[in-house]
Amino acid sequence: MSDHDKIYSTQLQDKTERSTLLMFVLTAIAVAIGGIVEIVPLFYLPNTAMCQNDPTCNNTQHKDLNGNVIPMDKIIWNPATSAHKTLANWQPGDGVRPYTAVETAGRNVFIREGCFLCHSQMIRPFRDEKDRYGHYSIAEESMYDHTYQWGSKRTGPDLARVGGKYSDEWHRRHLMYPRDVVPESVMPNYFWLADKKVDVAETVETLKVMTIMPFNPVPKTIYTDEYIAGAAAELEGMTDLDALIAYLQGLGNHVKFEEGVNYRD
Amino acid sequence: MEANQATPVKYDMEVVRWFTIAAAIYACVGTLIGVYVASELAFPFLNFDLEWITFGRLRPLHTNVVIFAFGGCALMATGFYIVQRTGATKLWSNGLAWATFIGWNLIMVSAVITLPLGWTSGKEYAELEWPIDIAIAVVWLMYGFNYIMTIGIRKTSHIYVSNWFTMGMIVMITYLHVVNSMAIPVSMTNSFSIYSGVQDAMIQWWWGHNAVGFYLTGGFLAIMYYFVPKQAGRPVFSYRLSVLHFWALTFGYVWLGAHHLQYTALPDWTGSLGAAVSLAMIIPSWGGAMNGMMTLSGAWDRLRTDYILRFLVVALAFYAMSTFEGPVMSIKTVNALSHYTDWTVGHVHSGALGWMAMVAYGAMYHMVKKLWGVEKMYSEGLVNVHFWLATIGTVVYVVAMWVSGIMQGLMWRDYDEYGTLTYTFVESVSAMHPYYAMRAVGGLIFNIGTWIALYNIVMTVRTASSARSASAVPANA
Repeated sequence: MSDHDKIYSTQLQDKTERSTLLMFVLTAIAVAIGGIVEIVPLFYLPNTAMCQNDPTCNNTQHKDLNGNVIPMDKIIWNPATSAHKTLANWQPGDGVRPYTAVETAGRNVFIREGCFLCHSQMIRPFRDEKDRYGHYSIAEESMYDHTYQWGSKRTGPDLARVGGKYSDEWHRRHLMYPRDVVPESVMPNYFWLADKKVDVAETVETLKVMTIMPFNPVPKTIYTDEYIAGAAAELEGMTDLDALIAYLQGLGNHVKFEEGVNYRD
Repeated sequence: MEANQATPVKYDMEVVRWFTIAAAIYACVGTLIGVYVASELAFPFLNFDLEWITFGRLRPLHTNVVIFAFGGCALMATGFYIVQRTGATKLWSNGLAWATFIGWNLIMVSAVITLPLGWTSGKEYAELEWPIDIAIAVVWLMYGFNYIMTIGIRKTSHIYVSNWFTMGMIVMITYLHVVNSMAIPVSMTNSFSIYSGVQDAMIQWWWGHNAVGFYLTGGFLAIMYYFVPKQAGRPVFSYRLSVLHFWALTFGYVWLGAHHLQYTALPDWTGSLGAAVSLAMIIPSWGGAMNGMMTLSGAWDRLRTDYILRFLVVALAFYAMSTFEGPVMSIKTVNALSHYTDWTVGHVHSGALGWMAMVAYGAMYHMVKKLWGVEKMYSEGLVNVHFWLATIGTVVYVVAMWVSGIMQGLMWRDYDEYGTLTYTFVESVSAMHPYYAMRAVGGLIFNIGTWIALYNIVMTVRTASSARSASAVPANA
């Protein structure tokens, strides 16, 4: 028996090591399993905000303090059942809604400038985060966030509920020259955003694309044809800075949270 | 594992030479950009009010250049080197390998142009926009197909362990890149993920962690399993341990991504499962690290004289350290403190600088001597200088981030006697300043080492070339 025929491990391992095809196939199976187990259920289990064509979001049941299930249209804005029927009429607390045209333009700036590299948008359920940032984030709040913006690093503070915390004027001064407002800040100056006009064509295209997403698209009842047609006029003359401020001011006030309710089970 | 000495094989090594030189250049560039963005956080005036070099735009360029340009070229150089020598065969297609070289470098050039312009998909470590994503898929498949076909035409009976790891990397990176990059374009320079919120986050970190697990770990373990035994002149300590190491990592690493999303809106079970498997991964990771270390049994004295071996051994030490640190950070109670802080950044760099770059440089020095047929580097002393700069730079960097990360985490959660938060956020920012400066210094020390390596490699090549033209005898590849 030559050295090459001797089996040093198991027969299966030996056979695998001698066959390119077998090694390829077994490896391809081994590396697929973990991802399938962890990812696929997120598309059909409750509490993952996978809501398309299903007003219950895969039977998600957030219960109030009396044990009654909170209707999902209290958490996710539904123009059909809400008192406020259009994006323009929507009020904070009406539930999670997609971004307005102006906010969408601002969000594109947020992504372009890599803001998420230093600012998270995901509040964890800890006492200090509640005191610092507000109620913990829930899955539904980012259901329309195609390309999620949870972030992974807080070189600056979390922004998930920054909406309404500061005035527009504060944001304008802070974004343009952060150290004029917060001397210890390490954020770059973004005064040049005030000189850039928003990309109207790209923003309108973004709105359209959001309605054709295969997962959690924006319903056509919200981004109606009229709304998209009117978006260009709304964006006319706006700067990147205006749009970014609008985006920031719209963050985190969509849902009216009740004290003591577990929104993650 | 080596070519049959009786009938020497004429390998395709020219493309390997070019990948090696490219890797040495990208390492200098990538870490230099890293030093710059680190300095921007310490001294924000360095953004110079130029939109193209703000932190938010340059940081993705730093990660892309070090991971995909430096790491990618190092992986492709060593991969094409190992697969030929362990299979005693030329490449299946030398032309395809050259196309891979050109394609990969064009992608890297496009990254250098597009990321500073703000053309980003906004997904960490997958920032390049959709036309480049398609190019990456094409070039990656060219590389993978060529590699696997070369394994297929090997003259040896068994596939060597390094090639298992590389094959795992090729398959997994293909899955990851294709699934994670699924997006609908709104223009040539902008697109949005087809997933949103929870699903997008999980898929992103499935990608993010496995780019670490299969590309920066699996691919570099392939380097370890070939070059450590080669440089030490000893066989791998345990074949059976390598079998366990490979299958456990290949099956297990895939599950880890969820631990990046502890306490987020991702369902609890997913993060807990990710953490549980993360802890289990200590065993095969340390098994692999021990396998590499013990390969030196009986050759430890060579560490005194063999500077290349020093790179490889310290790399294994960092591998063992970071594969312990990572699982610890995945535990929910630890993660509650460490997540969102610089500790994560430090952890990544102990892996990227200490393990990945060190093992790559060990392999590159080894290969340069073989590829250009020289006995010694131009200056063995400079290899030693590089070794110490790389080691000290990494330690300074990692220590700075440990201190700042843990400090940030503790400051954010601290309450005073009245039950209110002790520190405002910005107090934690200003407290970080000395550590951010220290981190930039650590990175700079490491970066200086990469320039010395480039100089040493270029001078070695030039010396070899002039010696070759003088003797007019082709060197052995």
